[in-house]
Amino acid sequence: MQKSLSIDPNKCTGCLQCELACSLDNEGAFNPSKSRIKVFNFEGKGRFVPYTCTQCDEAWCAEACPTNAISVDRDTGAKVVSDALCVGCKVCTIACPFGTINYNQSTGKVIKCDLCGGDPECAKACPTEAITYVDANWTGLDRMRASAAVADAAAQT
Amino acid sequence: MAWAGKLLRVNLSEGTCESEPLNMEWAQAYLGQRGLATKYLSEEIDPKVDPLSPENKLIMTTGPLTGTCASTAGRYSVVTKGALTGAIACSNSGGFFGNEMKNAGWDMIIFEGRSPSPVYLLVLDGDARLVDASKHWGTSVWDTEEAIKHDHGDPLIRVASIGVSGEKGVKYACVVNDMHRAAGRSGVGTVMGSKNLKAVAIRGTLGVNVKDPRRFMEATAAAKKVLADNPVTGQGLPAMGTQVLMNVINETGALPTRNHRDVQFEGANNISAEAMAEVRETDGKKNLVTNAACFGCTIACGRVSEIDRTHFSVAERPEYQIISGGLEYEAAWALGAATGVDDLEALTFANFICNEQGLDPISFGATVGSAMELFEEGVISTDDTGGIELNFGNAEALCKVAELTGKGEGFGAEIGLGSKLLCEKHGRPELSMSVKGQEFPAYDSRGIQGMGLTYATSNRGACHLRSYTVASEILGIPEKTDPLVSDGKAGLVRAFQDATAAVDSTGMCVFTTFAWTLEDFAPQVDAACEGEWTAERLLETGERIWNLERQFNIAAGFSGADDNLPPRLLKDAAKTGPAEGKVNGLETMLPEYYEVRGWTPDGVPSNETIARLGL
Repeated sequence: MQKSLSIDPNKCTGCLQCELACSLDNEGAFNPSKSRIKVFNFEGKGRFVPYTCTQCDEAWCAEACPTNAISVDRDTGAKVVSDALCVGCKVCTIACPFGTINYNQSTGKVIKCDLCGGDPECAKACPTEAITYVDANWTGLDRMRASAAVADAAAQT
Repeated sequence: MAWAGKLLRVNLSEGTCESEPLNMEWAQAYLGQRGLATKYLSEEIDPKVDPLSPENKLIMTTGPLTGTCASTAGRYSVVTKGALTGAIACSNSGGFFGNEMKNAGWDMIIFEGRSPSPVYLLVLDGDARLVDASKHWGTSVWDTEEAIKHDHGDPLIRVASIGVSGEKGVKYACVVNDMHRAAGRSGVGTVMGSKNLKAVAIRGTLGVNVKDPRRFMEATAAAKKVLADNPVTGQGLPAMGTQVLMNVINETGALPTRNHRDVQFEGANNISAEAMAEVRETDGKKNLVTNAACFGCTIACGRVSEIDRTHFSVAERPEYQIISGGLEYEAAWALGAATGVDDLEALTFANFICNEQGLDPISFGATVGSAMELFEEGVISTDDTGGIELNFGNAEALCKVAELTGKGEGFGAEIGLGSKLLCEKHGRPELSMSVKGQEFPAYDSRGIQGMGLTYATSNRGACHLRSYTVASEILGIPEKTDPLVSDGKAGLVRAFQDATAAVDSTGMCVFTTFAWTLEDFAPQVDAACEGEWTAERLLETGERIWNLERQFNIAAGFSGADDNLPPRLLKDAAKTGPAEGKVNGLETMLPEYYEVRGWTPDGVPSNETIARLGL
């Protein structure tokens, strides 16, 4: 059964522990500038929003890649970049509608979330459960539960 | 590892930026940040220099753990000779700027001299250069930060800057980073302004490493769990912020009110955490929008607020109808209880202005409180204030004066002197509630005795963050002591001072100490840094730093006579509450403190102490 990252901005405090964990796992150093997940602080709005690759089924990045460097991890559903095949042409970064695959100047390759092979570090590092790793078929379960509680309370009054 | 191993030396007079290796021998003795930068400052300037002269230096400094995933490890400090105090100044800030400096590969930036014209420093990893800032001079922190990001086409640049107050020489100007986070006290922003340095803009992409990553991850995970499981850091601070203290301290009878005339404020609940979370009748919204974290912080005590759009302060001013940095306890106290104003929206507005123009809200609010007393005593009048009726409790006057002081204009220039110079100027020095020129924070030392000794002996002038004995005396952390008793407080203050000096040198936040002891810090520092770092060594490092700061101040001309409190706290008894009838017992605590410190009866570190600490 595949799992997905589920992101709830309402719980995010903007601490960047996810970026620290991601960069340590992928780059071997604490380096938010190389993180595959980014937290956006919408100044003046009081909103903190983590964002990363949602692992499209029909992945435009993979479709666009001229060297077939982006493949599917059958276990996790993640779209994974092969550094051996990537030539740094950046066409995938144009193809991705969400901007979640990006070029890394220091390696000449592109980087994106690969779900850490099925045990994402960002979710483990999040202190407020704003990022969780849940059943891919039920990413809406928490919100559905909350809505059910509201509906139930209304029915009881 | 942990330390980047190099510092950036910027000579503003010459316009040069040069890299040099960090003195690792000093790093082993003083750790980083507060300790290490104080060592550099002590070695490089004459403590007698005029703080606003080119001979003073200003150091922005990270700690060895800054930029790592240890909880709260995003701190940096600004160390200099303080404009407000003439003493050693070290102001600590969170936000995200500290990590950026570290990720760009710098432990420290030392600014020397004075630029002939306004500049800002741009650092992109290893490249550093000074950029003309004439178009930013005269603009606010908020506008400067936005413009610099825009001009470089890079929203990921982090900026620390001064507002107009720092340019105009307001004595307690801050350095503000990330819009709302401030190296707030002692006038470090004033020194920056005197150097014609408007801002520091940094983008860092190099990464931060630690000595033993596996052990570091285990140690930091264990420490994060301690924070999450602790009722203060796990629940109280994220939900209510430091403002959780407002009603608590008021009930304790230690909430200084109307320039310390009173120790309890009848309007305390109106400006409390509870009030911030209440739905307003006017617009159906709450003052508090959400909490927010600084870099790497798993506590997230920051407040994010929105002012009622119908409130007089913002009704005609859409630029302030925003969601921005909200009231922390110290700011709410200074802007509120110290001035007798209990209008939460007005305080939030004044706080916005402090962020926007880089004012320390503690010294600003407390100075307004002293001016209100001068006004009510008839010492100053509307002729002096430019027509402002400066009575205690006047919310409109507070908002007006905040804007004037933020820009150093009119009567704001007078308030910008700080309470000491202002009260001296009008022949009433006793009305300045300050030590070494720096205004008290939000704890009355008649109701919390240890804080009297804390303030009197603080190396940067009156300050709660040098030894927060409130933790012990009120909250029972790590163990409860009686706030009304002065016996035994000398040892308590010393222990808090030394431990805090060490914490301030790590890159982590002192708020963790509601849950952590040095036993929690040590494994994290030890896994990150070369050398063996035990709790005992951290404590000794803290003591070394404390004594080094003391030596700086003595060389600057301070003596034991400056370890004092205003007569109001020593002679005028608290009128109400649990401390009714009490004054502060500094007279008995101070000699004992000198003794437990290993200092002479005059307050000078003895030769034995100096030798023991390797100073």
